[in-house]
This record gives sequence, structure tokens and C-alpha cells, in this order.
Amino acid sequence: MTTADLLGKLLQVVMGLAVFAAVVGLLIFFIDKAPKKGRDYWQLGLFLLPAMLFIAIGLVYPAIRTSLLAFQDSSGDWTLDNFVWTFTQPAAIRTLINTVIWVLLVPTISTAVGLAYAVFIDKSRGEKYYKVILFMPIAISFVGAGVIWSFVYDYNGVGEQIGLLNALVVAAGGEPVQWLQTDPINTFLLIVVMIWIQTGFAMVLLSAAIKGVPTEQIEAAQLDGTNGWQRFMNVTVPGIRGALVVVLTTISIATLKVFDIVRTMTAGNFNTSVIANEMYTQAFRASEVGRGSALALILFVLVLPIVVYNVNVLRKQREIR
Amino acid sequence: MRIRRHRRWMAPVVAAAAVGLALTGCTGDVAPEDAADVDCTDYEQYGTFDGAEVTVAGTILDLEADRLIESWSDFEACTGIAVDYQGSSEFEAQIAVLAEGGNAPDVGIVPQPGLLGRLAAGGWLIPASADVEANVDEWWSEDWKKYGTYEDTFYAAPLMASIKGYVWYSPAEFEEKGYEIPKTLDELTELSETIAAEGDHKPWCVGLESGDATGWPGTDWVEDYMLRLHGADVYDQWVTHGIPFNDPQVAEAFDAVGGYLKNDDMVNGGIGDVSTQVTEAFQTAGLPILDGACSLHHQASFYETFWNPEGGDENTVASDGSVFAFLLPPVNADDPLSVTGGGEFPVAFRDAEEVEAFRTYLSSDLWANNRVSLGGVISANKGLDPQVASSELLTQSIEILQDPETTFRFDGSDLMPGAVGADSFWKGMVAWVTGEDTAQVLDTIESSWPQG
Repeated sequence: MTTADLLGKLLQVVMGLAVFAAVVGLLIFFIDKAPKKGRDYWQLGLFLLPAMLFIAIGLVYPAIRTSLLAFQDSSGDWTLDNFVWTFTQPAAIRTLINTVIWVLLVPTISTAVGLAYAVFIDKSRGEKYYKVILFMPIAISFVGAGVIWSFVYDYNGVGEQIGLLNALVVAAGGEPVQWLQTDPINTFLLIVVMIWIQTGFAMVLLSAAIKGVPTEQIEAAQLDGTNGWQRFMNVTVPGIRGALVVVLTTISIATLKVFDIVRTMTAGNFNTSVIANEMYTQAFRASEVGRGSALALILFVLVLPIVVYNVNVLRKQREIR
Repeated sequence: MRIRRHRRWMAPVVAAAAVGLALTGCTGDVAPEDAADVDCTDYEQYGTFDGAEVTVAGTILDLEADRLIESWSDFEACTGIAVDYQGSSEFEAQIAVLAEGGNAPDVGIVPQPGLLGRLAAGGWLIPASADVEANVDEWWSEDWKKYGTYEDTFYAAPLMASIKGYVWYSPAEFEEKGYEIPKTLDELTELSETIAAEGDHKPWCVGLESGDATGWPGTDWVEDYMLRLHGADVYDQWVTHGIPFNDPQVAEAFDAVGGYLKNDDMVNGGIGDVSTQVTEAFQTAGLPILDGACSLHHQASFYETFWNPEGGDENTVASDGSVFAFLLPPVNADDPLSVTGGGEFPVAFRDAEEVEAFRTYLSSDLWANNRVSLGGVISANKGLDPQVASSELLTQSIEILQDPETTFRFDGSDLMPGAVGADSFWKGMVAWVTGEDTAQVLDTIESSWPQG
């Protein structure tokens, strides 16, 4: 590409932006001139339209199409084979079981550890720095985290261990272990990576919520002669229930969708696959779009109750306030 | 107030200027090659085009991609067609999505006949023009033409090729210890046992790790044994599901391979025990031969480029160099030569004259000689002069491919449906090598074969 080409492209970008601004300006001008009666609705409609359009094209249409594809075979005939495959193949069943293990462990452990950490560092000296330390992994992408932890779990059959974990094992006089290839420990080691990322997120939200618990209540409890644990269970936890639910559900949804960590670290080999990874593998690498769609649909059905619960809790809280 | 207003427009302007300057640095101002500097007589048949562009995508990356682009630079200069190549390791997964969305490149370099069939079945491919077909009839064998054909429609000419089933070894070690190059599979077993009995190192080194494609080097082993043990007809039935995947003949091939891959006495030289095969990257798995930690490594002709991982040339591939390779032998010494191999097929998604001119060029002996002389690859094009190849091994490989007596079969997993050839077969190899028994693995793979 020459400089002239580049300038041409820049000019195109500028022109495009100018045209966009002109069109939007014109629309706003006309909407201002809309009939007085029901002007609110006109304005509302116009500003909602682009978002609605994008949701329809990017979310509603694909969701419907995926649901239909899940019930079709490769030649387009209606069938339930894809679901039969999902619930009968040992490898596919293992994928479902792994996902359940992930969803049970990641949200509970990251929330528990994040909460404990937040409580212990609360109002301590250097709280800011303790928070930064735990929060940092959030800034790393899942792929990046996967690569980092792949090195931690690295294995060398002979010679020096570059993997931290195996280096420790060898230093302690043990034999190096193929961490990521040994079923079932490999699934748990992958889960550690996700927990490592999500704990910071839980800690920050819960720490903010703890600070929102009124001091008066804590003091009143103190006057009543409660010990620290009782205060925590009976005052702090009810005070941050909303935040707890948000944290638990958000991490649950993120965990159900986990893809990058598994893909970069084991690619679903050695019985570590999860639904999202298997969905991609089936739909795009194995060209079994039906099986991939069936897995996507199952994932959707699993996420749905969590989202509904989350929305309900938030709505109730708003009513109380 | 004054300063503040000043700042408000300063920041964006400064940012834009900085970005603009930085981007200008990227362009480098490389002028396209001029037609006047090239001898265009060979290219006149493709015609001249004004401002035409052909976009090409494929799995070929890095050095190989540079050589590919170089191989058609004269063509670009003489015909006026600008060829824009984009390589991606996700190409195989994305191409069907792109095609369905109408965003496919003009030409896709597809490395698997199975994928070509799937794209053709989707109705996205443009059949090859008469010129391309004429070239293929002239320069390739019937078998190769068949791999570019789907349901009697011919879609694409083969591009490059590789021969699988080479066994790499150190000529110096063989001479020093008096090992003979085996002429039958039994002799290979004897040789392996001899090396194992010496006790100072394991005979084979094997690596099956290849990111999310982990396991494929193992499928090459099985394919080679299927072709040699049971012949081309059974091989064809196997890849087309004429016989089930858990057929006893397949089990026999697996068990023959298992004699090496599942045997602690045979693998994994210089790397560890049997289970280390799944953690050892295929790119580096053969290197212990150079240290004398193993003697044999099974990998395709393209492994030639991996012997110098630092990019130097201290390890030479030659019959008197640091490493060389022999073909995995047949069952009986006088059996005809049977080899498995791979290749690519440039399929077209846009019906245009410049696209077909480009494809015609790619299918010609002119291109084959151009590309092979740049090094590293071979082609099954019969118009290719074996002597232009960059090494003794590649020259030999081209001669094997061009020999009408050779039984050539395409890599079996590339011919099978993706659910098997790019998923369950790979995963099956991993599970099998790490301990699952043959019958169980074969049943699992068989049940993943798509219905209907």
C-alpha cells in the first residue's frame, strides 16, 4: 500500500463519518418537526429503531435459526438425532458433566474467596493495594490467562521442568506429572484458571457492597454482644444479599460460556471439553452444524433460569427501595 | 477559559495527526512490480486485465505464504491482475461460514477434498473452467482429478502436494551401527526390536501434539498401515464408510501401529514414556534423532523444513547428510509402491474471467515449476521437472508422485466427513495412545460418523 492509497482510505473514512452525521442530524431535525400529538412516541420509536434492528438481526434471528438447525440433519430433514447424540455419546455426556462441574465450582469458590478477602482487608491499611493485587487478573483476557497457566502446568518428560507446578513437585522429590493430560484432575486445574480471573471481580463488587452496610447496624449488633462471625452472618451478609446474587449469577453465566480457557489449554482433549468449546468444534471444525446448534440450544436453556432469577432479584430490590 | 477551549480541539487534532503519521510509517511505499522488467511471453495466453483483482485465502502462513505470493508475482505483472493473498490458521473452520454469508474470497485454497465436497454441496463453488480442466487432464493423474471433483462436477485442480509415510533417520547412525533400510514391514519391526534391544535409546520418537488438531500425526500412521496391509480398495471403502470404522481390518491396522505407539520399549526416545506423545509437538518430535536419543521418526515430506528449528542450515537433509528418510515399506518387498499424501485445491467462489485466468495459471506446469523451484514443496504436476526441487528428498518425492506405477491415496482423514476426520479420529488417537483399548476407540469413532 502506498501513502496515496492510505490517504485515499482516510478520506473515505472521513467522508463516511460526515455522511453519517448528516443523516443523523437530518433525522433529528425532522423528528423535532413531528406532529405535536404523540411526538414522544415518534421520538421514542426513532431512537429505539436502530437498537431494535440490531437486536433483531444480531440476536433474535440467529437464535431462531440456531433453534431450527438443532432439529435438522445435514440434508435439512427434521430429526432429533442431534439431541440423541448429545445425551448418548460418552464424549458428549462428558462435555455436559464437565460443564456442570464448572458451574458448581467456579461461582461458589470465586464468590466465597472474594467475599472472605473483601471482609478481611476491609478498612485495613493498604486496602487499595491488596485489592489491586487480586483484581489484576481481570485485566488479562481468558486466552492470555490460558497461555500463562499452560506454562504453569507445563510438563517435560526428561530434563529440566519449565512448568512452575512440576518444578515444585520435582524440588519436593516427586515425579513430574502431566497435569493437563491426566483425567480428571485436568478439568479442576482449568477451573483454577477461571477462579483466578473471577475472584477479583467478586471481591471488588462485594467490597463495595460491604462498605454500603450501615455502620449503625454493625454497632447495634456489637452492643448486643455478638461476636464477629455472628455480625458477619446476621448483619453483613443480609446487607449485601443483592450484590451476592449479582456476583454469583454473573460468574455462573460467564462460566457456562467458558470457551477460551479450554480451547487454548487443552482444546477439549483429554476429557476436558465443555459445552461452548464442543459447540464450536462440532459446528465449525467437524461441520456438524446440527450438533453444534443442539449444544448451543442446551447452553441457552441452561443460562435462561439464571438470567430470569437475576432479573427477578434486581426487580424486587428496586421495589423495596 | 481561553486555554480550555483551545484544549478541546487540540487533543483530537494531535491524536489524529499522531495516528496518521504512525499509519504512514506502515505503508512503506512499495511500488508494484513493473511488467517491463519481466519476460511476459509465457503469460500471454492468460490475457491482460485492467485493474482486476483476485482475493485468495488459505491455511498457508509465514515463509510458505511469502513463497506462494512470490510464485505468482510475474503473473500479476504481466496480466495486470492483482492477487491479494490472506492466510489464516482458522481458514478451514471459517470458510463455510464466509461462503454462506456471501463474504468468501474469490479463491480459497482448500487442503481437504472433504471440505471441498462440503462447499460444493452447499452450492457455493464455481466449477472449474474448460482451460483448468484441460490442464488437469494433461498434467495430473485420474486419481488427483477425482479429489477435485464432487458428484461428477470438476471444481478445482490440485495445487501442491506432500507425501506422507516417510520414516526419518540418521544416515550416519545407520552406517555406524550397520542398520539396513527395511524393505518390508517385518524388517521394520526387526530393526526397531534390534535398536530397542541395544538398550541405550528407544527406536522411535513420536509427537502427536498440534494445538486443537492434536492427534493428527497418529492418524497418518493408521492410514499408512491401512493402505499397506489391506490395499487401495479396502482403503477406499474405509474412507467412504463402505466398511464400518470398527471393522476388524481397521483394528488390525491400529494394532500394528500400536506395536510401536503403545509400546514402552519402542517410544518415546529422548522425550519420555508412551504418554508423552500427546504432549510433544509434532514440529519438534523428530529432533531427538539429531542427539541420538531415538533413531526413527514417522512424518511427511514437509518435515524437511523442521530439521533446522532455528532457521539455519546446519542439519542437512540428504542421503549423506545429518538426516534422511525412507518410505514406510510395504508388506512384501516386491509389492508395488503405495503412498499416502496430501495436497491443496484452489476453489473459486466468484465467477469471473480474471479468477479463471488465475486458476488456469495455478494449474499449469509453468506455475508448478515456478513454485517448486522456490523451495520446500512439491507438486504432483507431471510437467514439473524433478530437478528444480530444493532437495534430494523432494526430487525423489516428485518422481514417486509422477510414476504411473505408484498407488497414491489421499490422506484418509481429509477425505472422511469432518466429524470423523477432523474430530473423533484425532481425539480417538489421543485416547488410544493414552491407554484406551482398540475396540473401544474404534466403536467411539464409528458412532460419531454422521448419519445419512
